[in-house]
Amino acid sequence: MSRFLRKTLSILARLMASKGSALALIFLATITLLAVFADFLPLNPVAQKLANALKGPSATNWFGTDELGRDILARVVFGARTSLLTAGGAVAIAALAGVPIGLVAGFFGGWRDAALMRFVDVLLALPAILFAMAMIAVLGRSQAAALIAVGLTGIPSFARITRAQVLTLRKRDFVTAVEAFGGTATYNMFRTILPNSWSPIFVQVVVLCSVAILLEAALSFLGVGVPPPTPSWGEMLRTGKSYLHEAPYYAVLPGIVLTLTILSFDVLGRALSGLLEGRRDAVVAPKAEEVTS
Amino acid sequence: MVDPVLSVRGLKVDFGGEGRSVPVVRGVDFDVYPNEVLCIVGESGSGKSVTSLAVTGLLSETARVDGSIRLCGIDVTTAAPETLRQMRGRDVGFIFQDPTTTLNPVLTVGRQITEGEVAHGRLKKADAHARAAELLREVDIADPQGRAGQYPHQFSGGMRQRAVIAMAMAGQPKLIIADEPTTALDVTVQAQVLAVLARRQAELGSAVILITHDLGVVAEVADRVAVMYGGRIVETAPVAEIFASPRHPYTRALLRSVPRIDTSDSRLDPIPGQPPIPGALPKGCAFQPRCAVGRDQPLCVAEEPSLSAVGDNRQSACHFAEKLPAETMAAEPRIHAEAPPSKPEPLLAVEGLKVHFPVKTGVLRRTTGWVKAVDGVSLSVNPGETVSLVGESGCGKTTTGRAIMGLIKATGGSIRFAGRSIRDLDGGAMRKARREMQYVFQDPYASLNPVKSVEDIVAEPLRIHGIYDEMGGARRIAELFDMVGLSRTMLGRFPSEFSGGQKQRIGIARALALQPKLLILDEPVAALDVSIQAQVINLLQDLQRELGLAYLFIAHNLSVVRHVSDRVAVMYLGRIVEESSRDGLYDLPVHPYTQSLLSAAPVPDPAVRDTRRRIVLEGEIPNPASPPTGCTFHPRCFRATPLCSAEAPVFDRYLDFPTRTACHHAGPLAEGHRNIFAPGVLEAAT
Repeated sequence: MSRFLRKTLSILARLMASKGSALALIFLATITLLAVFADFLPLNPVAQKLANALKGPSATNWFGTDELGRDILARVVFGARTSLLTAGGAVAIAALAGVPIGLVAGFFGGWRDAALMRFVDVLLALPAILFAMAMIAVLGRSQAAALIAVGLTGIPSFARITRAQVLTLRKRDFVTAVEAFGGTATYNMFRTILPNSWSPIFVQVVVLCSVAILLEAALSFLGVGVPPPTPSWGEMLRTGKSYLHEAPYYAVLPGIVLTLTILSFDVLGRALSGLLEGRRDAVVAPKAEEVTS
Repeated sequence: MVDPVLSVRGLKVDFGGEGRSVPVVRGVDFDVYPNEVLCIVGESGSGKSVTSLAVTGLLSETARVDGSIRLCGIDVTTAAPETLRQMRGRDVGFIFQDPTTTLNPVLTVGRQITEGEVAHGRLKKADAHARAAELLREVDIADPQGRAGQYPHQFSGGMRQRAVIAMAMAGQPKLIIADEPTTALDVTVQAQVLAVLARRQAELGSAVILITHDLGVVAEVADRVAVMYGGRIVETAPVAEIFASPRHPYTRALLRSVPRIDTSDSRLDPIPGQPPIPGALPKGCAFQPRCAVGRDQPLCVAEEPSLSAVGDNRQSACHFAEKLPAETMAAEPRIHAEAPPSKPEPLLAVEGLKVHFPVKTGVLRRTTGWVKAVDGVSLSVNPGETVSLVGESGCGKTTTGRAIMGLIKATGGSIRFAGRSIRDLDGGAMRKARREMQYVFQDPYASLNPVKSVEDIVAEPLRIHGIYDEMGGARRIAELFDMVGLSRTMLGRFPSEFSGGQKQRIGIARALALQPKLLILDEPVAALDVSIQAQVINLLQDLQRELGLAYLFIAHNLSVVRHVSDRVAVMYLGRIVEESSRDGLYDLPVHPYTQSLLSAAPVPDPAVRDTRRRIVLEGEIPNPASPPTGCTFHPRCFRATPLCSAEAPVFDRYLDFPTRTACHHAGPLAEGHRNIFAPGVLEAAT
């Protein structure tokens, strides 16, 4: 475990070394911390003060107030909670289902591979947003519907990435070696191959986070996302657009936060994939074997 | 005196950018004259390949080159890129290690070998095909007209390398640079390719720089030898002298650490330690920490010796070159020994083992044929004994090993281990059986899980069988480390921090963790540097003696096999063609394939190269999916008769010899001769 910690720290340190990924990391860390500890902040996303409706940014309301006089900053912070929860839940569903599917399909091949990957292809054929709306039509408006929809449509990417990884590792000698001294298939899949596949899976986690946040915002923007009064960035964009003339900050400020969040995830994803995939070759000095013969 | 074709003075090559530049070549001087073959010998990291690339200005831009290089009157270090391009096409030819990657897969071979001449305007496009055919004919490729229009994938490995030689020689270059030209080839094919290279070189009178790590190849082809170590030439001398009386401790140690096919099988004398890594060289003489003469001598630690003359025509970079005791490195005669008679109860008994892989074609993936990778192999291994399985690539030796281990499903035959059948055991029973039988892989880089610490890697078999605590836990792992000669301080490290030889030791420690009775060793030293091979071979022999292990040793290197084996079986195209006691097989082979295999193996002794006759086989191993009829060896065999193509020979005892063989015309090459490596023996046969 200490090695895992060391590795994580070293990756973080290397991310912080580049300006772009450092800013992205700091931004996401801030958003996450605010969302987690929102209850302890002097912010109330539901307190209405109708007299104070649609006021611009001020010392008391940094982001201004909405049409019901609620603090927009508070709603952005609590909205982050909605976004991040959706993202986390969706990624958990997608990874927990997709990774084992990819492992089994790639490891055994044959009919298991064919069956599982055709199932994955079916999921891949579903457009995420239509699927989510269908889910909502059945389950009603709830955070769970958005979360499940994004999670299910995210399964194919994890399954395919894991399967590709397994296929390249499956015939490597160290996997055969475990088989030779008596390791079972399950042991080999989860204890030998999986630990060698973390890098691309982890990159996919980051990528899917931004997809999930965007999809949740889109659903709320269409008015089928989380039910009010729970704050959501998409919901704020939707209401805010009606007041774009008299109170432009209402839609623009949450929009900027949403954009920055997505941008940060993308920057981070790209930086991570560069870092993790290039990891084995990125040695300080050219190795003797590489220079000669 | 003739001017040298190439003259290099004070060549230095550094890699890497500001602050941490790594010196890979550190001051190299040499000349190559017309019609001379200079062999540059060295281990990985010695700078030999970088030297050859620097000579023609082919290094990448991250390399900084210092010194003077004069090639055919052009100063390569200062010449304009266009001059260099002209020079490369006209004056220099290249032969690289891997012919598969040297040739462009989407162009016909004919087009590629004439491409240079066409580009330099010396050949009209219309004449290119005829010229290509002519060039291919010169390197002994059958049907050159037809072959010139084919693509590289339609060529076999040896043919590809000959096409590369044809390409390199097309412009009649003054200098040919061959970087490990036969390392990727099998021994019988290597013999063909070296013969073609030597003949074409003599016809054109070119100078050749041949880079290799194989001392046998050096002894076969070199006129002069330069030995490189740690980025410098440490000794240079005519080939006969370097083998007879080396004047640098590294050369001596290298010659002594290589198992030889033709000498006594006394224990190998390995060079201790690891080859140095460029960028982390020891102080003073780079070889000093591993040197038997200069280790910790104040002079050697303080000062790097310069390359200076030690007699006519030879130089050595050693403070003690003059004081080295005169010592002959000549072959000691080998004493013919008979293996002890087999015990009644073998540990491993394989009868008629078959492994056939289906060939599936078409959309419906129907099975249209079978690749008979292993087709009726019988062998037995007694407790405490080493049985070797030798053969060229594609003969099925690795498949045999993996099928015995149960890693590949056998199609037919029986495998009995310690008296009970282990073929077709179900998962659980097979896992139990495998505790007594372990496998060591060829490539130590690929066989260790990169994300686990080496302690976990060695402990993994114990944990899987749930006997980690029962076997002593961490204490047992530390014991295993001691056994294979690794320091206990290394326990927590990861595979990437180890060198190739150390990784192979870890692989052996892991195989020993479950206290097996039999180890299947699949080319355990083939991926290692020459000086490290000896360390691992000695370790394997010590472990065998201490633990009473039986080895099934799978290899292609005939010298190593002779050194380690009690009995040897030779495989060709999925079958064993000859099996005997070690000395029975090496001294008196009766199957024509064994005879040609042994005669093709390079012997590190330049004294015998002109007198020893080789049987150079024609062609290469046929495709196992469509093997020849009758005896599968008959298309390449020098004794083949119509009977051979009609009827497959039975694998049976040959007269009263300790040998079993499968040949209609089995028999020793010449009556009364017991040593195939003595000059003149093979003449009678060819």
